[in-house]
Amino acid sequence: MAATTRISGIGGGGQPATRTVAPDLRAQKSWRRTKSGIMQWLMGASIVVALLPVIFVVITVIGKGASSVFTGFPKFLTAAIPNQERKVGPGMGPAVVGTLLITALATAIAVPLGILGAVYLHEYGGRSPFAKVVRFLSNVMTGVPSIVMGLFIYVIFTLNFGYSGLGGALALAFLMLPIIIRSVEVMLKLVPTSLREASYALGTSKSRTVLTVVLPSALPGVISGCLLAVARAAGETAPLLFTIFTVNQTNRNVFSGANTTLSRQIFSNALSSLSGAQGRAWGAALTLLAIAFLFTIIARIASARFSAKR
Amino acid sequence: MTTNADGPTNATAETSTVMTTEYDQKASMSDQESITNFTVPAVAEETVAPLSDRSETVFALEDVSVFYSAFKAVREVNIGVRANEITAFIGPSGCGKSTVLRCLNRMNDLIPGARVEGRINFYGTDLYGSDVSATEVRRHIGMVFQKPNPFPKSIYDNVAFGPRVNGVKKKDELDHLVEKSLKGAALWDEVKDRLKTSALGMSGGQQQRLCIARAIAVEPSVILMDEPCSALDPIATARIEDLMKEIKSRFTIVIVTHNMQQAARVSDRTAFFTTEINPASDRRTGVLVEYAPTKQIFSHPSDIRTEQYVTGRFG
Repeated sequence: MAATTRISGIGGGGQPATRTVAPDLRAQKSWRRTKSGIMQWLMGASIVVALLPVIFVVITVIGKGASSVFTGFPKFLTAAIPNQERKVGPGMGPAVVGTLLITALATAIAVPLGILGAVYLHEYGGRSPFAKVVRFLSNVMTGVPSIVMGLFIYVIFTLNFGYSGLGGALALAFLMLPIIIRSVEVMLKLVPTSLREASYALGTSKSRTVLTVVLPSALPGVISGCLLAVARAAGETAPLLFTIFTVNQTNRNVFSGANTTLSRQIFSNALSSLSGAQGRAWGAALTLLAIAFLFTIIARIASARFSAKR
Repeated sequence: MTTNADGPTNATAETSTVMTTEYDQKASMSDQESITNFTVPAVAEETVAPLSDRSETVFALEDVSVFYSAFKAVREVNIGVRANEITAFIGPSGCGKSTVLRCLNRMNDLIPGARVEGRINFYGTDLYGSDVSATEVRRHIGMVFQKPNPFPKSIYDNVAFGPRVNGVKKKDELDHLVEKSLKGAALWDEVKDRLKTSALGMSGGQQQRLCIARAIAVEPSVILMDEPCSALDPIATARIEDLMKEIKSRFTIVIVTHNMQQAARVSDRTAFFTTEINPASDRRTGVLVEYAPTKQIFSHPSDIRTEQYVTGRFG
């Protein structure tokens, strides 16, 4: 009944309106449709605008850095940094080693602390005043400029113990910590209550439930949150300026002595007016980009692998 | 459905025409064993007299009231749940039947502000006693939820979860337990070739039976079921109901259901709850109206509200 239309006025003007026809289902022109079209077009345009800088950065870095990195590959990634800025050629070995070691150390400090903190906040603290304060402070920490974090570590750590990779790692870890806490807490929130109840209903203690049900369920999200923080830390320069200083030789001991990273080398070499140093800066930029890209891919694979088990 | 075994009840047909077909269809399937214990006068006496001293009483609820913060959700419930029976809680939405059920294994502890007054005895021990651990309580009183909630793990790991928590480590022992539990939940033949695949790939009915298998794997003495079939189609529902009747010789089952026919089909005793509206605060509080053998509830209930509810005139 509802789908049939009485003909009146349109085709069969004066006839008794007993015949029914299918309703006209073709798209009608209306202001609403026009608005929808405009908004869709605008959204598409915004995507393009947002992507353009990324595309240009990648193209420029590859264009300018590829020759430095791939001339005599992989010498650029292993050779020491020349002491004379004007010298053309590889390499960035000490910076690659420094970046990997310092980021790894920062990760080793920040990830366990961050995950434990998030588990506390979401599973145990809840809405208690202490948890609220911790959550607030962690959010504030997200907004602390990275150079301030570097300065902080410089004052409390570097002034007492001297330059070292550890100082840099501490500064990076403090930058990663709020990111990890936040993203892991969000991931824990997404674990359905029904899973927790199912576990409790089997006579499982709270700690065991968190370890065997909640964290495994949240694992893909936890991993990508952590790797996001790692990628962010790997690219930081400011907190390292006062904490690791810089060197041109590989320093595998992160616990003592000045060190260097790719980001730190980009900063100093790019400031140079000499083409040798500038070439190395572009090469370091490309290497850093590749490392960040690699982390992202690993994060994706890890997430996919863990969620495939679901 | 147990009532028809000791003779068709004409009263059923009179008071509930809706139910009659269900009764007749299922009459042949009803199990006889428990009915013989039921004589109406004896039960009527039980519902009045305190039950706590009876050895076969699993749960004795004495003046149980449940609060959510200041709000009284259910007031003064008195029920005795007997061993190896299926006890059904029925009633309209918001009448507190799930709330009472969740008190029986202290699941309400997980809700901030929830509080229980009165006494819930489990084999004579106060469940809310100061030295009683909620974790230990739940080890003996399992639960199956409204929505199937398997863990995002393999079928095997789902069933083995509880035994592992309880310290079973040996593989052959776990294998045996998993097989036994899946057989107990009538799921073994369907899944024996894909134990290592994800439990989330199963149908809703299979998932719910997996949840039952997971619950019986820890060998509890009681299984609480909170509307276990409300998310399932009639065929899956029938399988779960058959399963409940099969396993009640080993477990005591308490089931909350919205479906009166289901209560009539599977349960031995039924508790009917309803809501009272406080005119001053406009708050609804659940009350227990009547607790009696299922047959009595559906054929000649003693309270007019029960009769109106089971005949579909209210609720």
